[in-house]
Amino acid sequence: MATTASIHAHAAPQGFIRKYIFSLDHKVIGLQYYFLALTAVFVGMFLSLLMRIHLIWPQVSLPLVGEIKPETYLSLLTMHGTIMVFFVLTTAPQGGFGNYFLPIQVGAPDMAFPVLNMLSFWTTFIAFVTIIAAFFVTGGAPLHGWTGYAPLSALPNSGPGEQLGADLWVASIALFCIASLMGALNFITTTLDLRAKGMTLMRMPLTCWSWFITAILGLLAFGVLLSAGILLLLDRNLGTSFYVPLVVVNGQVMGHKGGSPLLWQHLFWFFGHPEVYIAILPGMGVTSQVISTFSRKPIFGYKAMAYALMAIGLLGFMVWGHHMFMSGMSPYSAFAFSIMTMAIGVPSAIKTFNWLGTLWGGRIRLQTPMLFAIGFVSLFVSGGLSGPFLAQPVLDIPLHDTYFVVGHFHLIMGVAAIFGIFAATYYWFPKMFGRMMNERLGQIHFFITLAGTYAIFMPMHYLGLAGQTRRYSQFTEVAYQTKLIPLQTFMTYAAFVTIGVQLVFLFNLFWSMFKGPKASDNPWEATTLEWTTATPPPHDNFGGRTPVVYHGPYEYGVPGAARDYIMQTDPATVPSH
Amino acid sequence: MGLAILVLIWLITFFSTYFFAAKTWWLPRGVSTSAPWIDHQFALTFVLMGIVFVVAQVSLGYLVWKYRARPSSGPVRYSHGNTTLEILWTALTAILFIGLNLMGSNVWAHERFEPAKAGSVPVEVTGMQFAWYFRYPGADGKFGQTDPKLIDPSSGNEAAIGLNTSDPAAKDDIVAGTMFLPVNREVDLTLRAVDVIHSFFVPSFRFKQDAVPGLAIRMHFTPTEVGDYEIACAELCGLGHYKMHGMVKVVSQEDFDRWLAQREADKQ
Repeated sequence: MATTASIHAHAAPQGFIRKYIFSLDHKVIGLQYYFLALTAVFVGMFLSLLMRIHLIWPQVSLPLVGEIKPETYLSLLTMHGTIMVFFVLTTAPQGGFGNYFLPIQVGAPDMAFPVLNMLSFWTTFIAFVTIIAAFFVTGGAPLHGWTGYAPLSALPNSGPGEQLGADLWVASIALFCIASLMGALNFITTTLDLRAKGMTLMRMPLTCWSWFITAILGLLAFGVLLSAGILLLLDRNLGTSFYVPLVVVNGQVMGHKGGSPLLWQHLFWFFGHPEVYIAILPGMGVTSQVISTFSRKPIFGYKAMAYALMAIGLLGFMVWGHHMFMSGMSPYSAFAFSIMTMAIGVPSAIKTFNWLGTLWGGRIRLQTPMLFAIGFVSLFVSGGLSGPFLAQPVLDIPLHDTYFVVGHFHLIMGVAAIFGIFAATYYWFPKMFGRMMNERLGQIHFFITLAGTYAIFMPMHYLGLAGQTRRYSQFTEVAYQTKLIPLQTFMTYAAFVTIGVQLVFLFNLFWSMFKGPKASDNPWEATTLEWTTATPPPHDNFGGRTPVVYHGPYEYGVPGAARDYIMQTDPATVPSH
Repeated sequence: MGLAILVLIWLITFFSTYFFAAKTWWLPRGVSTSAPWIDHQFALTFVLMGIVFVVAQVSLGYLVWKYRARPSSGPVRYSHGNTTLEILWTALTAILFIGLNLMGSNVWAHERFEPAKAGSVPVEVTGMQFAWYFRYPGADGKFGQTDPKLIDPSSGNEAAIGLNTSDPAAKDDIVAGTMFLPVNREVDLTLRAVDVIHSFFVPSFRFKQDAVPGLAIRMHFTPTEVGDYEIACAELCGLGHYKMHGMVKVVSQEDFDRWLAQREADKQ
């Protein structure tokens, strides 16, 4: 391990293009991922704003956008889901923060394969351009939802947007898979091979554990989605029949024969469920890091936390069928998927208990990163506890494909994961940009966002119970659903407020980048390796030094120590425990 | 700041729980034999998850407030955790989640592992963009052949599902756009789709099943009250998904027989 620095170090680049565009530096690439995700999240959020407006005022004509037709609404939800899941929830926590901080936290000068890292980002970028292009082609963006169920997604005449727009959608996802596979290889190799002297696996910060396990999930899941996507492209363009049996669309017999619509669902969800954990595990890592740092206490049950991440990752591959209880798959297999899904509640509960255990008896500093970590725990509990409803096949009968599901996954993999990203942003901003973000604006951002997201997504559970089906562009056709429109109206107003306050965040981010007070090297008095180096870190991360690690990552409040924290690189002894 | 967080989290907890407990928005009244079982499992899950939800959120708010850093705060409790506690809450959550799962499995098994009983009413449901059709086999008790080439959605009913009228078994088949069912008799359902996936969802029956092209999915259920119940398509099927709506009319056996006879007479 000691020799790796000399092998992998590359000279600091000269010139703007090599330094900021086609950079090999993991820190620059991390920021590129972060700003790509930031762009994507505002695009995705704008689409959801249009959807919320259309649901309440279907006739309204908006400037630039025009009138939203039912098929436009379906395109909006497809693109919202796809952009958010891939280009925000996968891109920011892993590609963004993972890229920037994994090498520093394990004490490496860069990622294991810097060129692969650069290719990985630029492939993601092309994937993003490709999916945005779907808006502008004839027929517009696809309407088959982010899950792209065949035959709807496989037949160009099944609806508007299913021609070139759908091809671009599949192509974008395939490119994204390739990029994620490259990223996953890099993360795994870096974690295993580039750790500094003394940085044993069980001394890694929980953030590193979460990026490492997320990378393993990505390696196993994206390969399957890539294959599934290629088969879908073949079905769409070359007349194969992987997913399409003999079907008749609008009286026209299509040329397919013998394909299985359920095959797509199995392949998609074999990726899709681990993807949920790809989105949320880094958030768990950041939350653990932040809660320990700001409670000034060691994380409660470090080993249990690391093992719980592994258990979630492992079980995450055995539960995909719970998305398919109503699909016509064998009803016997539902039992196996159901038991496995309920079992995932156990490591999830362990994590929650341990976060509460960390808070207990601490000296909690309520600065903005901590606020969002606390919000993460609250949202994780709320979004998690609707899981055991959906995991039981009998309860899934009335709930499947209703707003209950939409509320569930938005709280947990949407908003909780985003709170993880916010916590990470406020926490690492000083290290990345050398300045502090504004606390007051951060507090406003936190309180309104937490209240606002609950006001949007909690009522979705009530709607789902009452039988409100998802992906309906209007609720005027089904009598019992018409009665639920007032609640939808409330949610739209809540969305206006919540989306509005994100502009406060955006302002805080860019204003602080240039005008914020200068940050010291370790403003939070934290212990992990990124806080031992300069702010912002030099090109090789440690300015020619090779860090040596003596302690676990969360030595806070050690009795008898000179101050209330001991850096991982501090040779001082820690009383045995 | 600590107090503000406590208040916000507690308020969120209160309002969220209140609307569940008050059943302000709730499942429609169940009118099938399996509905009481499903509703019972629902209630049980709600109570258990509700307790966990309230305890976890209230503790979170309390701990944040109680242990906020103040000038008067003492030293922190230096601890790396407690193995006994870890084992305890692992075991408790395992028992809770997996036990809950096993309790709900009977209803599922009954509806899906066993075929419909003899004497049930056979109905074939066909979904297509964006309509439901319901076929009854007529006096011979046999569904006639359908042929994809004969499918003509614009003509509706028999032609819409491509019924092959040259097949003798098809002569007395009846196809309708509204589903008629006799009360308190088991329905032997076959679900099909001709173009893309649709999902046959009747909230009042606690019944939902996807209709998948290429598959004929068999299910059964028993409606228990006369009345009109709405069908909503629950699987995204294209631009008209939101209006792929249908009605189930549950009627007395006499009314059902009269309706079938009338439809047969209209066909001649």
